[in-house]
Amino acid sequence: MFFNSLLTNFAALEVGQHLYWQIGNIRLHGQVFLTSWILLGALLVFISLGTKKMENDPKGLQNLLEFLWDYIRDLARTQIGEKVYRDWMPFIGTLFLFVFVSNWGGALIPWRLIKLPSGELGAPTADINTTIALALLVSLSYFYAGLSNKGWRYFEYYVHPTPIMLPFKILEDFTKPLSLSFRLFGNILADELVVGVLVFLVPLILPIPVMFLGLFTSAIQALIFATLAAYYIGEAVEEHH
Amino acid sequence: MLAFNFFGATEGGLFDINATLPLMAIQVVALTYILNSLFFKPVGNVVEKREKFVSNNIIEAKNKLSEVKKLEADLLTQLQSARTEAQRIVSEAEDESDKLYKEALELANNEANASKEKTRLEIESQTSAARDQLSKQADDLSELIVNRLILEK
Repeated sequence: MFFNSLLTNFAALEVGQHLYWQIGNIRLHGQVFLTSWILLGALLVFISLGTKKMENDPKGLQNLLEFLWDYIRDLARTQIGEKVYRDWMPFIGTLFLFVFVSNWGGALIPWRLIKLPSGELGAPTADINTTIALALLVSLSYFYAGLSNKGWRYFEYYVHPTPIMLPFKILEDFTKPLSLSFRLFGNILADELVVGVLVFLVPLILPIPVMFLGLFTSAIQALIFATLAAYYIGEAVEEHH
Repeated sequence: MLAFNFFGATEGGLFDINATLPLMAIQVVALTYILNSLFFKPVGNVVEKREKFVSNNIIEAKNKLSEVKKLEADLLTQLQSARTEAQRIVSEAEDESDKLYKEALELANNEANASKEKTRLEIESQTSAARDQLSKQADDLSELIVNRLILEK
């Protein structure tokens, strides 16, 4: 019994355990909100500092933020197209920043050092609720983008180029959020687990390359998520001829 | 009031989907609006203003360059015409001086010829006068000699 608890404390590999917050009748995963608030707070502080004194000749943080803005604009513009990318750039950018900050924050900050009564702090994107929330938002936005730009003609997309495509296109509406959410969730959770297991087995040096690989994966996943979201919106607003 | 249940039962697992999902969605939507007003709008304004400034400057510079080229071509044609004009004036002046020289030469020649002719005529007349006088004197002399010879006889 004692040995058992020692082992669980030492290994600190808790899969599928959550810090539950009970508000009235509903239950929340507290660790997800805690980490997301810390990370988003840091992001907002960073951005406020960078945009506090905007100048025509960018210096320091402003330079970095302008680079980031340019990067997101290029992403949105290439996927959505020149006509409506402006409307969706903040959403795409927010998705990118949220996923990126969550992934890297989860990988870089030693959350283990903060003990919780149950569950453990980690990347908010390693929780299925977060990724499904993001994926559903993407679904809603591409429907909204299509309907607001083309009205009922949006549904022409389903029979384009031939009506044979109809069942597949309808199926796509379900597979898109599914693949978006599970790709992100799976990648980030797997990375955390691999690092956790390696740290448990060989606590020295060996996990470091895997951690770097994790950082790489995290950045790539953020890019993939934002790019796919933009691509889906672009697909919905695209005019067929 | 939030009732934190830190010591709640640990249940669920990896695929425990609950109210975290909609709240996270609301949080992300709120974040979109916050980031839009805090990051995307201000940075976009600055960047696009600068892009406009740069492109305006480039257009202006191009306009100026074409103007300069036009002026250059204009100057070149002006220079060309000035050069031909100068050439024309020079050749005209040369012709003029040539003409003047020839006129003067001709005049001088004529004058010289005239005076030569006059002198020749004068010499000729003098020569003939001298010859006449000489022949007259010779006649006189011969008459004298004849007379003297006749008288002596």
